[in-house]
Amino acid sequence: MRLLLRETALAFRRAPLPSALSVVTIAFSLFVIGLYGLVTVNIHDAIGSVARRVEVVAYLQRGTPVETVETAMADVQAFPEVESVRHVSSAQALARAQRELPEFQSIFQDLEANPLPASLEVRLKPRYRDAASAAAVADRLRSFSFVDDVRFGGDWVAKLDRLRTIAGAVGAVIGAAFALVGIMIIGTTIRMAVLHRREEITIMRLVGATDGFIRRPFLLEGLIKGLLGGALALGLCYGAWALVNTYLLRAAFFTGAEAAAGIAAGGLLGLGGSLFSIGRHLRSV
Amino acid sequence: MIKFIHVTKEYPKGAALVDVSFHILKGEFCFVTGHSGAGKSTALRLIYMAERPTSGDVRVSGFVSARGGRDIPRLRRRLGIVFQDFRLLQERTAEENVAFALEVTGARRSTVGPRVMRVLTQVGLAGKARQYPRELSGGEQQRVAIARALVNDPIVLLADEPTGNLDERATRGIFQLLRDINASGTAVILATHDLDLVRSVPAHLIELQHGAVVYDSAEDGGPAAGEGEP
Repeated sequence: MRLLLRETALAFRRAPLPSALSVVTIAFSLFVIGLYGLVTVNIHDAIGSVARRVEVVAYLQRGTPVETVETAMADVQAFPEVESVRHVSSAQALARAQRELPEFQSIFQDLEANPLPASLEVRLKPRYRDAASAAAVADRLRSFSFVDDVRFGGDWVAKLDRLRTIAGAVGAVIGAAFALVGIMIIGTTIRMAVLHRREEITIMRLVGATDGFIRRPFLLEGLIKGLLGGALALGLCYGAWALVNTYLLRAAFFTGAEAAAGIAAGGLLGLGGSLFSIGRHLRSV
Repeated sequence: MIKFIHVTKEYPKGAALVDVSFHILKGEFCFVTGHSGAGKSTALRLIYMAERPTSGDVRVSGFVSARGGRDIPRLRRRLGIVFQDFRLLQERTAEENVAFALEVTGARRSTVGPRVMRVLTQVGLAGKARQYPRELSGGEQQRVAIARALVNDPIVLLADEPTGNLDERATRGIFQLLRDINASGTAVILATHDLDLVRSVPAHLIELQHGAVVYDSAEDGGPAAGEGEP
């Protein structure tokens, strides 16, 4: 172990510039992937915030007894898709309309009776905020005898579904392309480090080093370069995010777990790239 | 100890060795000679199993070429190998170059220093242990390479044109060192086209021409080199 650490440290000390360049190359590859990740996180957040508005509203017949409504609310709350259900009385509906539609104030004042029905506003759990689930819940609500009508904005929920599908597909394709390019750049960087030391590898073999012995310092070196590159990429992403957040628009940054996963991914890429490069080199000599 | 049994080695460009058979005994000093391209280096590469024969068998102290694979590092720890171009790690000092060969075998740290100094003393470079290869002359660099080859107490030292890059004085020094090593019991196989060296001492002589053995003193009644024309 001591020898392994010494050999790895020696590799960095003997070639500080190539090592630093490797780390910077890895960092910039991961930075591009990280920027893409930030865009994805924010698009996901934006779609999520729109999806939170997916709501199924059941309008109730006038004179429905409160006990009946309360029993029905308990039933609806038990639907697997339902996150919450709220009863809005006709008086509350009118108050809300007066508050939200001030331009119709005169009409509201001329009313002799409240024309707005009471309703049940049903919010869906995040994973059920799509057109099919909303329609299924709406159908079940219609089956209650005291429900007059059910609305859930089927058209815009369907559009939201489409937007989500397109964002997901485009995200997967671009993400895969970025990741592939990143992996190739990192692989090439590490391959160059291996080639830089091919004479040393040849000598190690001639004096009887096993392939495992030769491989270990390269793997540790790749892991360390990957982790350093990942940390540097995270710093660059933070800088880019801070600029956007300050001068352009409010945006979300990675959570702690996502940031840690990014650095770990850098380490894994470094390790994987080294494993591949040194393995290929050892097979070829 | 080292046996070639009907060994042929072919490359895409042509055959380097054709039906070669010879036997080198424990503790021998053996010259492998022949002009450039005769197959000397190929024969040595087959001994340290950097190459496998196309046909036939190479046996080195119980290791068989047909088996190869995982056994090769273990075999190489029992061999010392020296090249014309020294093959030293330029970023390491003389003692680090020698220690490196010990460390890859997993030798205990406490034994590395004394063993390194012992072999550097043996090759006459104890005073230059902390110098880098670029600070040493060609002859001194070759001595470091020999020290590295000796540090694992090999059963045989393979030297491929070890004096090819050296002046006459350095050549004599290195050759004398190889003879001293042989005198202490280690077999030495020296591939060279320097006939003056070959003639200077009685030794087992194998001469190759176009990949075939054209003369083997062992087949001809014992050591012949130094006793006249082969």
